[in-house]
Amino acid sequence: MSEINLPALRNAISPYLPLGRSGLLPALHAAQAVCGWIPPEAAAEVARLLNVPLAEVHGVIEFYSLFYNEPVGRRITRVCTDVACALKGGDALLNGLCAQHGIRPGQTTLDGAVTIESAPCLGMCDLAPAVLTVDDGRWTVGDGKLRPRSPIYGLNRLLTARCGRGRQTTLAEYGGYEALRKALRMTPEQVVAEIKASGLVGRGGAAFPTGVKWEGAAKAEGSPKYVVCNTDESEPGTFKDRVLLMDDPHSVLEGMLIAGYAIGAARGYFYVRGEYAYMLPVLQAVFDSARKAGLLGENILNSGFSFEVEIRLGAGAYICGEETALFESIEGKRGFPRIKPPFPTTHGLFGKPTVINNVETMCNVPLILKMGAQAYRQIGTEKSTGPKLFCVSGDVARPGVYEVPFGVTLRELLAMAGGTDGGTEKETEKQIQAILFGGAAGTFATAEHLDVRLTFEDLRAAGLSLGSGVVMVFDHSRDLRKVLTKLGHFFAHESCGKCYPCQMGTQRQLEILERLAEGKSLPGDRERLQDVGWTMTDASLCGLGQTAASAVLSAMKLGLV
Amino acid sequence: MLKIVLDGQEVMTAEGATLLEAARAAGIEIPTICWHPATTANGLCRLCVVEVEGMRLLQPACIVRVAEGMKVQTRSERVIRARRTILEMLASSVDLSDSPEIRALMQEYHASAERFPGAKRRDVPLKDDNPMYVRDYAKCVLCWRCVQVCAEDAQYTYAINFSGRGYETEIGTFFDAPMPATTCVFCGQCVGVCPTGALKPKREFLLEQGLKPEEIVTRSSGRKQRRENR
Ligand SMILES: Cc1cc2nc3c(=O)[nH]c(=O)nc-3n(C[C@H](O)[C@H](O)[C@H](O)COP(=O)(O)O)c2cc1C
Ligand code: SF4
Repeated sequence: MSEINLPALRNAISPYLPLGRSGLLPALHAAQAVCGWIPPEAAAEVARLLNVPLAEVHGVIEFYSLFYNEPVGRRITRVCTDVACALKGGDALLNGLCAQHGIRPGQTTLDGAVTIESAPCLGMCDLAPAVLTVDDGRWTVGDGKLRPRSPIYGLNRLLTARCGRGRQTTLAEYGGYEALRKALRMTPEQVVAEIKASGLVGRGGAAFPTGVKWEGAAKAEGSPKYVVCNTDESEPGTFKDRVLLMDDPHSVLEGMLIAGYAIGAARGYFYVRGEYAYMLPVLQAVFDSARKAGLLGENILNSGFSFEVEIRLGAGAYICGEETALFESIEGKRGFPRIKPPFPTTHGLFGKPTVINNVETMCNVPLILKMGAQAYRQIGTEKSTGPKLFCVSGDVARPGVYEVPFGVTLRELLAMAGGTDGGTEKETEKQIQAILFGGAAGTFATAEHLDVRLTFEDLRAAGLSLGSGVVMVFDHSRDLRKVLTKLGHFFAHESCGKCYPCQMGTQRQLEILERLAEGKSLPGDRERLQDVGWTMTDASLCGLGQTAASAVLSAMKLGLV
Repeated sequence: MLKIVLDGQEVMTAEGATLLEAARAAGIEIPTICWHPATTANGLCRLCVVEVEGMRLLQPACIVRVAEGMKVQTRSERVIRARRTILEMLASSVDLSDSPEIRALMQEYHASAERFPGAKRRDVPLKDDNPMYVRDYAKCVLCWRCVQVCAEDAQYTYAINFSGRGYETEIGTFFDAPMPATTCVFCGQCVGVCPTGALKPKREFLLEQGLKPEEIVTRSSGRKQRRENR
């Protein structure tokens, strides 16, 4: 039996007791901070204090990969071995670190000092290979920095105007929440109408019109209503939301406040992926300064509108980026997606009308109010309005976040990124083997697609997906079969396991891809991949399974493998 | 009542019915594994998926409700491929020897148990830790019914939940505690709703092991344990 410090544990958990079941993830994080892992005695104490059945507490610990049900090192080092980092030697780095300590990935040194493990995409593909370390509760990236610093490029930087300086924008620099002030002078209906008129569609991957979503929640019966900012950013290849939140957090908060006013919500949640825990102090400081300035809390700017925000930290589960799984997670449960309909606008968080938006979507909101919907529409194309952030990584000279108006071509974007090796456009064109669009859940393109315009409509027509804005480049030196195996591994690791097609299909898909990469394919493997892939696509319960074969099927269609 | 078109045939159905209910009333059989009248439908086995006109993806018939004029294909090519592949994946993952219904479905859909050579199976050792039932999770198809009846769908006992996730999911107790050390009240409802023989009454299990009925009584560890507890 391990000895646990009960008074310290109770003390750490006590702030979350009023939250009841919804306090389970915060309480488990707190327990882990005290004990280093979550021993059964600590889990039982959490269960008792929050009045949650023991088996369910255990079920939750088991679901999230950042909760440890056995002792781990005082320092935990996580090395990303996902697609983009694998191109830059992530696996070699992991194995090298392990060799130094005489352990294998996932193991802890005998003295209990260090645990080293591989990690799914850490959202630092521009800084690949990425490493995240937790040392006695202190989070650092790379070799000891407190935050990643990302290069930002762009033509006309509106969303990222204050990003890329390696520090967070202060309230004084950001300004006085002019967009919020303007919104508060309008009626909520006018604000919704303005967002609708802007043509803004969600940047989280599903490309749903934001104004329509807000209108749905505003008109929905039921109260209270909630706004959630989806800060789970776990789609491999995606890192833009991290940049926005770390560098310009006030714009995200301002967007959320405007959403709250527009739909009649008084409470908002930031659901931050567990691997972004280093963001918490930044966000907390932002809330504090906004509160001091009368921009958050009771009676904001004397308008009669009140709004509170809360941060919830995930614990290592890609599926919790899916909106309904995210709600379950905030509610203190395993991140199982719900069946839709009903949709979040009527039955969201705690079963109440909820607007959930991506970080980048939120950042567009103040911009739209400041510029006016009509001026905003001048950016981009008729159907894809506004600026868009692309996360460019892989074999390009300058990986990073790129802000461009919708409608630039892929060729133009890659030219901005310096091409494959900083060479001429012609050389780049020759060197490109494939481009992964939209992330692990996306589709492959080839040099044939270089002139496609980056808009929702053009990409859809070309059979590609914009997804979360991932553009990951692979030159001819890369073995795409290995890349596909990485993708297959990601989905098998992240499937929640609820529905059969994805629970078993992601595993079967991985096995066939592993054979392919090792040159040991069996007769019939291509048909197996197709059957598994189409079954997942067609019959899975949620977007994870529905897209888990997307890249593989597209690579086969293009003859890349 | 409203009108829907099932496999090209116009059918009158009750408002609020699920497609599964509507089809069964019309004499059209749609296969299910996770669905059970006593548990909340989760639509997770996806065996009941059908093609609904106007919907991009296949829809679970146990969840989707009828709407006037809905056109539904219960056995299109896409539906059959999904059902066959799901069954083949299931056979490559778990031991279906105690699941005659699923094996019959495999025959009906021409699903081959050998479709996925080299597949990692969920081979886990049998758990025999209490006097009332054994748990053989190598036979578990993760239909969730046992977890559901143990919780809000019936018993409010919350003895079992999940461990792991994805393919590695297993039904489990708090830190794998043996059943008698949990909140389990041995009501037997979980055993009653198990579709595959993963949960089995101890007596049935011992008879299958070749024990004679008279041997079982004296060998019951349950009596011993209960005596010790007094
Ligand atoms: C498996 C999966 C993971 C997702 N992850 C994210 C995520 O990390 N961030 C995000 O904003 N949306 C994610 N989404 C999309 C959300 O479900 C949701 O559509 C989005 O947050 C809505 O915001 P938007 O309309 O502003 O895009 C994910 C969807 C799926 C199916
Ligand atoms: S598709 Fe995958 S992630 Fe989504 S519910 Fe099914 S098993 Fe879970």
